[in-house]
Amino acid sequence: MKYQSQKVAYWYFLAAMAVFAVQVLGGLWAGWIYVNPNFFSELAPFNVVRMIHTNALIVWLLLGFFGAAYFLIPEEAERELQSPFLAYVQLGILLLGTAGAVVTYAFDLFNGNWLLGMEGREFIEQPVWVKLGIVVAALIFLYNISLTVLKGRKTAITNVLLLGLWGLVLLFLFAFYNPANLALDKMFWWYIVHLWVEGTWELVMASILAFLLLKLTGVDREIVEKWLYIIVATALFSGILGTGHHYYWIGTPGYWQWVGSIFSALEVVPFFAMMSFSFVMVWKGKRDHPNKAALLWALGAATVAFFGAGVWGFLHTLHGVNYYTHGTQITAAHGHLAFFGAYVSVNLAIITYAMPILSGRDPYNQVLNMASFWLMTGGMAFMTFVLTFAGTVQTHLQRVMGENFMEIAEGLHLFYLMRWGAGAAVVTGALLFIYAMLVPRREVISKNGQ
Amino acid sequence: MREVMTKTMARNVFYGGTLFFIAIFLVLSVQSVGHIVKNSTNTATLTEEVELGKRVWERHSCVNCHTILGEGAYFAPELGNVMSRWDVMDDPEGAFDVLKGWMEAQPSGIEGRRQMPQFNLSDEEIKGLAEFFLWVGTIDTQGWPPNDAG
Repeated sequence: MKYQSQKVAYWYFLAAMAVFAVQVLGGLWAGWIYVNPNFFSELAPFNVVRMIHTNALIVWLLLGFFGAAYFLIPEEAERELQSPFLAYVQLGILLLGTAGAVVTYAFDLFNGNWLLGMEGREFIEQPVWVKLGIVVAALIFLYNISLTVLKGRKTAITNVLLLGLWGLVLLFLFAFYNPANLALDKMFWWYIVHLWVEGTWELVMASILAFLLLKLTGVDREIVEKWLYIIVATALFSGILGTGHHYYWIGTPGYWQWVGSIFSALEVVPFFAMMSFSFVMVWKGKRDHPNKAALLWALGAATVAFFGAGVWGFLHTLHGVNYYTHGTQITAAHGHLAFFGAYVSVNLAIITYAMPILSGRDPYNQVLNMASFWLMTGGMAFMTFVLTFAGTVQTHLQRVMGENFMEIAEGLHLFYLMRWGAGAAVVTGALLFIYAMLVPRREVISKNGQ
Repeated sequence: MREVMTKTMARNVFYGGTLFFIAIFLVLSVQSVGHIVKNSTNTATLTEEVELGKRVWERHSCVNCHTILGEGAYFAPELGNVMSRWDVMDDPEGAFDVLKGWMEAQPSGIEGRRQMPQFNLSDEEIKGLAEFFLWVGTIDTQGWPPNDAG
């Protein structure tokens, strides 16, 4: 650790991993309801379990991004953070809000109350008071990192990271706009959801990857930074108008079918570029960094993001295809692999890189961590395949043959059983990852290693 | 590549291009809002009852099981076209009656079947919900979904 204030990141990563555990256990529970629909159906209905699964995902990914920013910005800017104290205040607010949201959902407290009750639009269900807390925490965060960068060295990595994080926070403000007109509601809801995951978050992901490759491969900064700009340019040039692939069937004009199809098809480009770039950097790099697990996660993130976000996204993005697949298990398959590849893996990569440094345990050989990579990645891949098959069958029976949703659902039971098995592998991998990060003090060191 | 493009050039392309695409996106957004308000949705029939229905829909987190216009969870049927599936698009009274009967019969308790919770809605709320689904059914969705199964 070069700068004392980087220690802040340790607590962010710790909190992120705790919420990660909640997220995957929630997923396992939700997956089990698919297999056995009567499982505690009155105590914890599917909608509540799913809210916890998706909200916990978003919260821990953001905690990871915040931690990543607090870790890498001091190194990039070459100075201490503006205020470590404010960073801890920010973390406290976020954790309080998270706990508040979970308790509100689980016990359905203050139903209908404008300030305290659950809001009920997908992914932004947080009660208004939690949303306000998120905004306050975000402002503290932006103040903290922006001042650190402004007073220090400015690099392409910090420029892109800051742009992504500022964009992310500003777009969240649309969560406060909820018109009575469902079509308008949906149109601006995508300003948050799409422009996060297919816009600003890609900037955050690319800058974290660039930082990791710089550290792990020792490739010249000029080259890494030039490619960073090129990659994020392709991400935004395709991603902004790519929003159109959500505007096919919600009451928006028909021209979005062409705008959305063309530009969202191009969204494959940045993910392909990130993958190619990562491998080329590793081949060209002369440094043999001892943290092989971090390298595995970084390359894994770039690769699985290409398949999950790029290939599986393209699979159903053209409007002629999407007309039939929209809102089926195909979407679920894509969603799982895209989030895992792009954002879960990049978070686990930076955590794998930073935690040994933050806890004074580097360098060491993280065999358990690497095992967790294969468990999680294998599990997610299998889950994606079975959901894709389930979605294909569903699309044909429901959208082409016009059969009833509930009858088809019963016929897909075998797929859901296999999905649950895949989910169990992912959960095992996730818990193993957390164990590997926190518990072992000493691990097997290879003969020619350190 | 090094000769073709420098880091500064890449940076300028990124910033300039991003502003260009944001500008196009904003222009199309403004046009789309106009389209929604004037053409694709009926703002005259967007009554207080419909709005109440939307709030009921939200405060019970319906979207985390169902989809509406294809968006939401994929655990329970699409509801954007539920009133046409029930064949009551032109019959608000009938829509209310069918929905009330449905909501009050939950949870079914049938073994092996996905369960919908009992939300204990008042008649006013059920009426609002029915009006909301009827109104959503009138949105011009470019012909989606392909059939009544949703």
